Amino acid sequence: MADISAPLTTADGKPLKAALASAQARARRRAFFLVLPLLAFVLLTFVAPIAQMLHRSVHNPGFTTHTDIGSGEKTPIMVNLRAWFKENPPGTEPDEAAYEALVKDLVVLRELKAPGSVGTRINYERAGSRSMFTKAARRAEKLEPPYKEAMLDLDEDWADPELWQVMRGASSAYTFNFYLAALDLARDADGSIVSVDENRQVYVKLFTRTLLLSLLITFLCFLLAYPIAHLLATLPLRHSNLLMIFVLLPFWTSLLVRTTSWIVLLQSQGVVNDTLVATGILDDDSRIQMIYNQTGTIIAMTHILLPFMVLPLYSVMRPINPSYVRAARSLGATSWTAFRRIYFPQTVPGIGAGALLVFILAVGYYITPALVGGANGQLISNLIAFHMTKSLNWSLAAALAAILLGGILVLYWLYDRLVGIDNLKLG
Amino acid sequence: MKKTLVLTTALTGLAFAASAQEVTVMSWGGAYTKSQVEAYHKPFTAEFGISVNSVDADNPATPIKAQVEAGNVTVDVADVEFSDAVRLCDEGLLEEIDHSILPPAPDGTPATEDFIEGALQDCAVANIVWSTVYAYNTNSVEGTPMTMADFFDTEKFPGKRGLRKSAKATLEMALMGDGVPASEVYDLLETDEGVDRAFAKLDTIKDDIVWWEAGAQPPQLLADGEVAMSTAYNGRIFNAAVGEGQPFEIVWDGQILDFDLFVIPKGAPHKEEALKFIAFATDTQRLADQASWISYGPARKSSGALVGLYSDGKTEMAPHMPTAAENLTNALVNNFEFWVDRDAELNERFNAWLAN
Amino acid sequence: MALPNHASTLERIWHYTYLVICGLIFLFLIAPILVVIPLSFNAEPYFTFTEKMLALDPTGYSTRWYDLLLTFGMDNPDAPRDGSWWADAWANAAWINAAKNSVIIGFFSTILATFLGTLAALGLSRPEMPFRRAIMAILISPMIVPIIITATGLFFFYSMTGLANSYVGIIMAHATLGIPFVIITVTATLVGFDHSLTRAAASLGANPTTTFFKITMPLILPGVISGALFAFVTSFDEVVVVLFVAAHDQQTIPRQMWNGIREQISPAILSVATILVLISIALLTTVELLRRRSERLRGVSPQ
Repeated sequence: MADISAPLTTADGKPLKAALASAQARARRRAFFLVLPLLAFVLLTFVAPIAQMLHRSVHNPGFTTHTDIGSGEKTPIMVNLRAWFKENPPGTEPDEAAYEALVKDLVVLRELKAPGSVGTRINYERAGSRSMFTKAARRAEKLEPPYKEAMLDLDEDWADPELWQVMRGASSAYTFNFYLAALDLARDADGSIVSVDENRQVYVKLFTRTLLLSLLITFLCFLLAYPIAHLLATLPLRHSNLLMIFVLLPFWTSLLVRTTSWIVLLQSQGVVNDTLVATGILDDDSRIQMIYNQTGTIIAMTHILLPFMVLPLYSVMRPINPSYVRAARSLGATSWTAFRRIYFPQTVPGIGAGALLVFILAVGYYITPALVGGANGQLISNLIAFHMTKSLNWSLAAALAAILLGGILVLYWLYDRLVGIDNLKLG
Repeated sequence: MKKTLVLTTALTGLAFAASAQEVTVMSWGGAYTKSQVEAYHKPFTAEFGISVNSVDADNPATPIKAQVEAGNVTVDVADVEFSDAVRLCDEGLLEEIDHSILPPAPDGTPATEDFIEGALQDCAVANIVWSTVYAYNTNSVEGTPMTMADFFDTEKFPGKRGLRKSAKATLEMALMGDGVPASEVYDLLETDEGVDRAFAKLDTIKDDIVWWEAGAQPPQLLADGEVAMSTAYNGRIFNAAVGEGQPFEIVWDGQILDFDLFVIPKGAPHKEEALKFIAFATDTQRLADQASWISYGPARKSSGALVGLYSDGKTEMAPHMPTAAENLTNALVNNFEFWVDRDAELNERFNAWLAN
Repeated sequence: MALPNHASTLERIWHYTYLVICGLIFLFLIAPILVVIPLSFNAEPYFTFTEKMLALDPTGYSTRWYDLLLTFGMDNPDAPRDGSWWADAWANAAWINAAKNSVIIGFFSTILATFLGTLAALGLSRPEMPFRRAIMAILISPMIVPIIITATGLFFFYSMTGLANSYVGIIMAHATLGIPFVIITVTATLVGFDHSLTRAAASLGANPTTTFFKITMPLILPGVISGALFAFVTSFDEVVVVLFVAAHDQQTIPRQMWNGIREQISPAILSVATILVLISIALLTTVELLRRRSERLRGVSPQ
């Protein structure tokens, strides 16, 4: 006798609900195990390295630990001074005890050959400090009490409250000061946040320039992509497939090749200038400087990113039914009105997808500005590279990278919400 | 018979082991690296069977500092400027070099007396004296620029200017271009007013400057007509002008003399070979040979007499050397102490200035 | 796009202006790529068309820059061109060595990216995949994150783990950069995938492995190959990671080009560029043919 209130079961007597759940769980596990190797690989070779690098933006042990290059042995440094900072609240006037601690620490630094790196750490936040540390460390052993007087004899800047504020900040390895520096801010003598000296402000300007140039490039891409995407979408497929090569070939061609081409075309003895001079439009002396400056960056990047705008536009425009526009025309709309009110609104998703993608790629661009940007066509990525490879202020590079990455991830999230990553098209 | 075979095998094995030895030398690229390959690397490999990997950088001091600090050293010997050698040594990033490994001059003068003053440092051994000068392309400049002030005068001598993208040498030249005599440059640069004055002078031509980073770029910029005048390492201009027949002329007024020194980064993978290489490359004959490939002065007094003709077999090298008496009027000797202390902050200001 | 008969004069003018504008934009897209080809045959070391070239005088053209690609870095470039000359070129010529490195790195990173990427795409395209969106976002992110950030992270990570200056390190990094392309192309083929085919195979007694190799694989193969080509091109064109983590003697074609462009841009760079353009044309053709084959197989015929 079947009990209708009893749960449904499978042939072998398991409740159906449980059987379904376990079957689904199995399917989920199977799907997940297919993805797992790649996920682990990407986490290891991509996510972990970036996370580790970003850790440097808040962690810099330059004032707390000295690592011997040869043996890798770690020695705590500035021990006395750090103890003094701990005992005395921020804003305390450095007294004789503080200077004594400083001198003792400098003697240790001299033995460890570390005054340069400690000075560099302080110099990141207060320009001119590096030489004070190296000079003072050289003479520290011979200094006699009273130490305050002796130190001020060496350099009266040792009394600068700002310097003491910076040293206090650096006495903890964890700090947010590199983020402040990345935004042209600093802490003044009493620890409040202020703008840095005007002739040292550079990062905010570069972020702004990067944003503005990326917006301009995105707009130029849109302006150039729209007509040709429309043409490609309305031509018969046979023809548009042929013309599509013009879009796809640049897409497949090496970035460096395309950048080289622009140098060849735009340099002052290049093809464009020569043509203008030969045709008499330009004087030989008034050749236009189109490369190694912002113009060069804009032209080359627009060319390089243009396909990323054409492809999404095309895939949105292709399925648009031409009868809508025809209907509008037959109801008396001018061709402009028909375009504006009927056609254009249908292409907005494609514009959004393309613009977002181009903008995301432009904001982080490095290679092209580095090669054709000259002094004023550099973007924030180039500055990150500068601090990575030239000035070697790695914590600042990491802080700049973190800000850039944060911005890009927000845009990426937006892209995923609005367009969906699955809809990314590659030709 | 069998014995010979064993011996041959042993010898081949030995030869193989020897050729597996190597040393990686990092230098400045272009004509300069080429001169070192010809004068140092090839004879070194021929004599010791140690192969030399030559790698280039815009300024080897930065990549080796990055390598040592990241704990990933691949370079055994690097060729760096004076202030960088002292600075890196101060920071404990270089191996110390025992000067007793350096061979004496042919007449027996010990190395410590044979090298010119300052050429031997705790962690570094100089190989050449070079200088930053400015040069112009005679095809694109009308008239004859004579002084540092002419470089900054784009009214009198129109055209773009090439300058090295760094504070060092650029600020000194800006002050000399503003009429400061060489002897007062560093006193003035020590003050904030002096630095401001240098940047103000650079401001006057900022829009006309094309910045270069690698030493091989200025001759190229001049040859392509991208700039009318450019600062450059004097040897690069000499090689382009004499070696390749380019219409370049050097203006020696306001030249800035400096050493290039060999250093060994801490943790170099082939330290023994590196020491051997430095001892070999800085002996009297090698330094003199190098001067026949590029117009840089040898750092040993005893090499001076051996310097003869350029590798083309006809050009006398002596008048092209930065140390030739007629080139030394109003020359500035790079103040390494100044740059050891101030390099970081002045470059920071320089980069902020560039970006604005 | 043809103009209707009733179009007004103004519309006609606009129509032709529009076509001219489109033509100019296509020119903007393609001219920079094609201009390097004739210039790479310049007999003079300039980057412009000389008068002789414009007059189509054969003496204005030469293959000297292509020859330089072979001889640059050789021990004995002036020796007679017999077997030992070619052996010398193969062993020592800088550009040939760079090409060898590029191909080795490209090949292995492509294999790695394609294998892992295809596997993951199969999982991601299953409806029951948990956290699908988030995982997809992580896997695609190497394409979005600025390359300088990736390279910086890898520099520290590889220095710490000893992977710096090794082929393994570069291959892993390039595989990571190529993976998004494999995932995108393979999932795109799987979107139109008719699952009744696999069910049919199963109902006819095929086990999952047989089903995969006999049914699924042939259908997604075009997507896998396009993805692999994308991954290869990504690696073949990558310079920033190589600059940060590769050893000094691990030169690749893009790295050699990068140095060339920064220091002394010679027409030899243009001849490399020409060769690369020809390679990209070949790759593009392959991908196009594959795409059409895939559409035919899946029954999606072009309108």
